[in-house]
Parts: sequence; structure tokens; C-alpha cells
Amino acid sequence: MFGDISLTQFIFGRLTWEAIPYHEPILVVTFAVVALGGIALLGLITKFKLWGYLWHEWFTSVDHKKIGIMYIILAIVMLLRGFADAIMMRIQQAIAFNGNEGYLNPHHYDQIFTAHGVIMIFFVAMPFVTGFMNYVVPLQIGARDVSFPFLNNFSFWMTTGGAIIVMMSLFVGEFARTGWLAYPPLSGVDYSPGVGVDYYIWGLQVAGVGTTLSGINLIATIVKMRAPGMTFMKMPVFTWTSLCTNILIVATFPILTATLALLSLDRYVGTNFFTNDLGGNPMMYINLIWIWGHPEVYILVLPAFGIFSEVVATFCGKRLFGYASMVYATCVIMILSYIVWLHHFFTMGSGASVNAFFGITTMIISIPTGAKMFNWLFTMYRGRIRYEVPMLWTVGFMITFVIGGMTGVMLAIPPADFVLHNSLFLIAHFHNVIIGGVLFGLMAGLVYWWPKAFGYKLDPFWGKMTFWFWQIGFFFAFMPLYVLGLMGVTRRVSQFEDPSLQIWFIIAAFGAGLIALGIGSFIVQLVVSYLRRDELRVISGDPWDGRTLEWSTSSPPPDYNFAFTPVVHDHDSWYDMKSRGYERPLQGFKPIHMPKNTGTGVILAGISVVLAFAMIWYMWWLVAVSFIGIIAVSIAHTFNYNRDFFIPAETVAATEDARSKLLQERT
Amino acid sequence: MPKPFSLARRSILFTLMLATLSGCNMVVMSPSGDIAAQQRDLIVISTFLMLIIIIPVICLTLYFAWHYRQSNTAAKYDPEWHHSTGLEVIIWSAPLAIIIALGAITWVSTHKLDPYRPLDRIDAARPVTEEVKPINVEVVALDWKWLFFYPDYGIATVNEMAAPVDVPINFKLTASSVMNSFYVPALAGMIYTMPGMQTRLHAVINKPGEYEGLSSNYSGDGFSHMRFKFHGVDQAGFDAWVARVKQNGTMLNRDAYLKLEKPSIKEPVRYYATVEDGLYEAVLNMCARPGQMCMKDMMHIDMMGGAGVESHENRAKLEHDNRHASEETPGATFPETGNPARSEEPAEGVEERQEEPATMNHDMHKM
Repeated sequence: MFGDISLTQFIFGRLTWEAIPYHEPILVVTFAVVALGGIALLGLITKFKLWGYLWHEWFTSVDHKKIGIMYIILAIVMLLRGFADAIMMRIQQAIAFNGNEGYLNPHHYDQIFTAHGVIMIFFVAMPFVTGFMNYVVPLQIGARDVSFPFLNNFSFWMTTGGAIIVMMSLFVGEFARTGWLAYPPLSGVDYSPGVGVDYYIWGLQVAGVGTTLSGINLIATIVKMRAPGMTFMKMPVFTWTSLCTNILIVATFPILTATLALLSLDRYVGTNFFTNDLGGNPMMYINLIWIWGHPEVYILVLPAFGIFSEVVATFCGKRLFGYASMVYATCVIMILSYIVWLHHFFTMGSGASVNAFFGITTMIISIPTGAKMFNWLFTMYRGRIRYEVPMLWTVGFMITFVIGGMTGVMLAIPPADFVLHNSLFLIAHFHNVIIGGVLFGLMAGLVYWWPKAFGYKLDPFWGKMTFWFWQIGFFFAFMPLYVLGLMGVTRRVSQFEDPSLQIWFIIAAFGAGLIALGIGSFIVQLVVSYLRRDELRVISGDPWDGRTLEWSTSSPPPDYNFAFTPVVHDHDSWYDMKSRGYERPLQGFKPIHMPKNTGTGVILAGISVVLAFAMIWYMWWLVAVSFIGIIAVSIAHTFNYNRDFFIPAETVAATEDARSKLLQERT
Repeated sequence: MPKPFSLARRSILFTLMLATLSGCNMVVMSPSGDIAAQQRDLIVISTFLMLIIIIPVICLTLYFAWHYRQSNTAAKYDPEWHHSTGLEVIIWSAPLAIIIALGAITWVSTHKLDPYRPLDRIDAARPVTEEVKPINVEVVALDWKWLFFYPDYGIATVNEMAAPVDVPINFKLTASSVMNSFYVPALAGMIYTMPGMQTRLHAVINKPGEYEGLSSNYSGDGFSHMRFKFHGVDQAGFDAWVARVKQNGTMLNRDAYLKLEKPSIKEPVRYYATVEDGLYEAVLNMCARPGQMCMKDMMHIDMMGGAGVESHENRAKLEHDNRHASEETPGATFPETGNPARSEEPAEGVEERQEEPATMNHDMHKM
């Protein structure tokens, strides 16, 4: 095998100059922009001597709050990339008519829609959701950190490593041209011999390690680290939805990992799990990937439901209606999400009874979801609603999401699905629930918890602009896709023949433009709020008259979150404490035991990226070296006994006194 | 702004919206085949059923959002009100009732419209009787074109198919390399086509016309152009079409098939007057290439208990996916490699047809 291999081939595997897409002007310009921006950023960091600060305070931090923030930064950066892909597709589809081939050839277009799906799900929605769970859950349950702080840092860097691998494919080689779930046999080595699918596999495998570990971590945190008195049925709803989401993660991500591992065996060592011949069966892959894939959508949407529950109770100034039924609805959705996967391929020719079974189980999910919707509705009933930005997102969600829910149930009827499957109607449906449900929830959560994390509110004017551009842009961008779906137009097509379709694609592109303004307003909002931070400052730590424990501490919270572990008597415990005349303890502070920062997470994730890169390009020597590296660093880390420290009582007292002083100055 | 003016403006907007909607051809909502029509009915029924609950929810959301705003101090404010057993029963049972109704409809319609089930009616008024003889079509999704066999007539076509109106069509479908999905929106719902496997579809076209057919499952570079015309014609027109295929077509033997099977984009319509016996079966069993072992033979050996180590020699005969591997730059695509799409050189042994497909008499089946 190695006999006739040249030295260059040995060193670089199949990586050659040809892999650099310098003949694609779009990519060259993108690369120039990214490179200039990157150099400018690195230059600024160096100029202001921030490397040490970033390394010691952020990259190696095991503080769940900092890790949560880093997850969300990752999500926002990747959102820009994913959205750039989206707008490129919208422009291509709006112009590729009447023999005009558009500006993207199939080779490029097919990578874009694959990358858009992969990035938006794995590297935008997932880190966004995980970021919130990391930041908020320990604060909501009165804990000082998660159960396994180092693991948390490691998880974050593995997720980032996956994102880096996917981003690398933009400039070195190519990305998969298979659709975001890489169905075989198309994704097999015979039909996709290039590096694209390998980038896909290794990006997801590396990120998947992070996701699974973070799921384990958060389950342990929620189960074991709740403040005294907080029984399961007194947990805030966001914590409940996080618990269910993490159970889903731990139960389903191993399936994804195993499925992709089988696909890599097919690609690397010539097994035949999913090939056409020698007993392979691509239908098995499609089943397996959706056994992960359907729970995945609930992994994303449940925390968003949790955010809406917190927001609606806070801004209506009222206890959540039907807490118990909300919790049961969440658990029912969690369980049902496992027995609906086949509705993603009714058209594969399963028997009528199988299809009908999965169609009906799918519809049943709409019952608990409908109950949730009514619970939010009746929380508003007899409330006193303050229309701050998070509440706008919530009302926008309630109107938008029911439409997506309705089209979802339509798709769940197998014979109707036969004409709607793979059509733009389907695309409109899942964007309707993912944007109208998940993204609206994440935006509401961002505005809601921003003052918690940074000590000042986000500028409301630009917040409202963001909301309205997104909300109106959403309708313009996706309602035409419903219509196009009913006109028999299917997904992933890059050129069209029927000129009567064009107007709808132009409207959709206009909607995407409005969403771009929404994203622009969001960035302006961040900048403006930062500049006006002194006016927007929240000294009390409780800007919205919150109801759950995270609002009981200062904003931003001290490293140790709570000087004394709170004791819980009722749900909405902070509201309960406030209405019983809670006084902050001012003395008697004790030293607080805290975990110590470590660089191992960054190093392990870094070597994992190298390992993945070497696997993708067949640089076998580098695979061996980096694999040994991972093992060696992991073993070395077990000898690190310098893992914890105590925050002295005096430091705690000083921090708390400083806060008391601030609070007094205000009054 | 005076009210009548804004009302007038609104109604103009509404009319414009309707005009745009009616201007476009919503083929899924007004199909020409009985199966697709029944599928359309399901979409309409389920939408109405769900609107029973969706519309009140949207209206209540808007009303509560407005009525309980902070500035409306007249509205009742009850911060401790958070439970009502009566309401809870309603909010769980109302969706439940709708879903029971929809579930029943789903169970019945899924069985009735199962694509594997032979038709029992031509349309709402006419049942299928003993005299009605369905036509059989065997479909192969190739990279990136469609091959249709008409075993009853011994002919085959590429990227064009025709069927007589009001005659049930029995499709058998497979694919040569990767998964595709066969979809004629006006005729019936889609069904996946998969290599080495056969799916089935039963449908009927009720109105003459020229309809779009396409692959609705992404299959690679040439996917966007994997389209064909489906002609619904009367019996005389169909006979004429068959005659034309026979007159203008060439021979589809294994050699011609293996050349046709190679990846190509925007393949023109091709007619084959005669078809080698058993070709579709061979494609389905992944043994169209000489020397290949057919899947069914292997499965038979396996069913009989397998052949032990001796079967190792069959292994090479069962390799199917790598059949283009020896060719230059497998999978490399136009224009990245600068290689032209393979279809641009006419396949050998397959003579170009003399006439354009436009010789079809389109006036005959204008809608």
C-alpha cells in the first residue's frame, strides 16, 4: 500500500494545491475578507495585550457563566456564516430562471445548502441552547457551578473544534454535497469520493463528543445540585426543559455518533453497512439518522419553550398558569419524540400500517404542545403585560409557531405527506418552527438574561427593530415557500424552468433581506447597548422584577454565584423570597470552595481538530501522532491534583460589601 | 386616515393577493389524477379541522396581548391565579378531540391511499371494473435522467412518459446508483426509488395534458435537471405515441443501457423501439453488467443457508457501486475539472433520434 507513495504524498496525504479553491472568485473574496478581519482581530488582541487575559479568564475558564457566554458567541458567529449561505441560496433561486444558470454552479450550490443546514443546527442552534443552559441552569437551581466544571470547558472546546473543522472546509478542499444528513449511498465513497463528506463526518463527531458530555454534565447538575428545598416540582420551567433536553441529548447523540462511525467505516476501510452491494442497506442509515434527528428538533425547541415560560410569567407579573401540566407536557414530548422518526420518510415505501402508526404518534405530540400554548395564553390572562422586548418575541412566537404546528400536523398525515414531502412546503414548515420557535425563544432569552450576564440592559429601540425585521422578514421569506410547495416545487433545486415561480422566489429573497436587516439591527443593538451601558446599567441585579433564583444575586453574578446557598420554599422562589421580605445576608461569610481553571480542554480539542484534519486528508502519520497526543494529554491531566481552591471569606465579604454600597448609593 | 379609505385599500390588497395566488398554478391543490386529488382533499380537510383550534388561539393571543397590557389598568390583574382544573381539562381535551378525528382519518386514508395498493376507482364516480386493464410502467432513476420501460409494449423511453387517461398505471420503481424520488405532482404523491430495491406506485391520470415530472430527492450534481414530461393522452393518442416510439426508437440492449447509465446532465428525450428481455429485472438486481451476480441469486444462496467460504469468489461479482471507478476522475464534476459533462458526446450505439419530441400533438391534450 505504501510502496509506490512519494514523500509528499506521505506527508500531505491527498492534500494538494488543487484543494485550495483559488479558481472560485466568491471563495477567494470571502477568504480575503475573513483573513483581513482575522488579522485585524488578532492584531488588536496583540496590541492591547489581551492574550493573557483571554487565556486565563476565558479560554481556560471552568466557570459555567463564562463558558455559557462563549457558547453563545460561537453561536452568533456561526449564525452569520449560516445566514450568508441562506442569502446566497435565496439570490441564486431568485435569478436562476429562463436558462439563466445563476451565479452558483451545482458544485458550489450543493455545498451551500448542505453547510447551511449543518451549521444552523449543529453550530448555531445547539451552542446557543447549550450556552443558555450552561449560564442559567446553575443560577436557577442555586448552585455555584455545574457538576463537572472541567468537562464543561472541554465540551465547549470540542463543539468549537467541530465548528472550526466545518469552517476549514470553506478554504481547504470542499464541504459535503449531500444534504445536511448525508444520506448514503450518495455520501458513500463511490459517489462522494472527495473530502466533503469526511469534513462533515469529523466536524460532527468532534462536536458530538462535546454535546454528549455537556448533556451528561447538565443532567448531573440538575439532579444533584439543586438548592435545599427545591424539589423536582419546584424547579423553574426552564430547568425542567433543560433536564428533558439533556436526557434527549444523552440518549440520542450516541446514535448519531455510531451511525456516522459506521458511515466512516464504509468510507475508510471498505465495510458495507450502507452501500448498495454486498448486503449493505442505505435504508438502515436513514432510519438511524432520524432516530437521532427527530429527538434533535425537540432538543432544540424544549429549552426555547422553557425560555418562553420564564419570560411570559415575568412580564405578565404572574405565576405561570398550569405549572404541573407544563412539566408533564414537557416530559410527554420528550418520550413521544422517540417514536415518530419514520415520518421523515413516509415515501420510502413502508407499509400503510407502519406509516399510519408513525403519522398518528406524530399528531399526538401536538396535544402536549397545544397544552403548552394554552398555558402561556392563560398566563397572559389576568396578567399585567409589560411589552419589553422579550415579551414581543414571545407573542410573535405564539402567533408564528401555531402556523408551523398546523403545517406540521398536515405533513404528519402520510398521504398528504406524499405530495408535500421534500417540497418547499416542508422547508417552510421546519423554518416556521425552528425560526418561529427556537430562534425567537433564543432571542427572547438573550434580551432577557443579557442584564444578568453583563449588568446592563440591551437597548430597547434596536431590540424592537430586531424583532420587527425578523418577524416581518420571516413571513416574507417563508410564506412564499408554502405557496411554492403547493405549486409542486421541491427542495435543493438550483435552476428552474417555469417562469411563473420566479415572483415567489423574489418575494422570499426580499424577506431574507429583511431578516438580514434584523441581524444587522441585532449587531447594532449590541454595540449601542455597550456604548450606552452606563445609562442602561441595572444595579439591583433584578431589572425585570424576576421570579426565579438567578435574579436574587448581583448582575453580573460574582464568581461564586451565591454567597450563601439559597433555601427554597416554593416555585418562583425569588418572587416568594421577595414577597416574604427577604433581606440579603451581610455577614458571616465563609470561604467558598471553587474549581480551578485548566488549559487541558483547549489542548485536547486542539489536538482533536488536528486528528480530524489528518483523517480527512489521509495524513496517516499525523493521525497516529495526534491520537497518541490525545491519550498522553488525557493521562497527564489525571495527574493534575491542583484542581481547586478556596475563595477566602474576606474576598467574599469584600465583594458583597461592594454590592451593598452600590445598592445604598442607588437608594 | 378615514376608515372607508383604508378599508378600500385593504380590499384592493386582498384582491391583488388573490389574483397573484390564482395566477400561479397550484398543481398540488388542483391536480389531474384521482390519487393526487384525494391527497389534496386530505390537505384541505386537515387544515379546516386544525383551524378550529388555531384560529381561536391566534385571536385569543392577540386579544389577551392587547387587553392585559400594562397601561390598561381597567383589566383585572390577579398575580396569584395559576390553576383551574376546568380550563386544564379543556386545554388538554380540545386538541385531543381534534387529533382523535385526524387520527381516524389518517388511519383510513393511509390504507386507502397506500401507493402499493392497486386502484379500486378511476375517479370518484367510476370504480375499476374487471374489463379495465392497467398499464405497467417500470421506472429506473439513473444519474441524472429517468428511464421508463413499458413491458406491455416492449418499448422504453428516457425523460418522457405517456399514459392513457382513465387507465390505472402500475409503477414499479428502482434506481441505478443513488436514491431519488419519483414525483409527478399532478398525478400522485412521490415515492423513493432506491438501487437494488423496488418500490411501487399505483395512480391514474384523469385529464389529458402535459405535466411536469421530477426527482424530488437530492441525488447529486445533475439533480436540478432531472425532469421529464408526463403526457396524459387519450387511448388513440397513446397508441400513436407508442407507434412513434417504435418507429423512431433504437434498440435498448445491455450495452446501450450501460452507456446510458453513466452520469449525464440534461439528457434529451430518447426512444427505444425494442428492449432486451429481462433488462429491468437485471437493473433491479444490480446485474446489468456482464459477469455480475444478480442480487436475487445471492439472496437465494443465502436463504438456502449460504455457501460458506466458497462464496468468497462471488464477492467480486457483487460489487456494484464501484463500477465507474476505473473511469477518469470519478465523481469529479463539471466545471471543476474542466471535463465536459459526459452526456455531451452522444452515447455509442444509441442513434440520435431524427425528430424532436415536439412532434407530439399538443393541441390534442390542451387543458
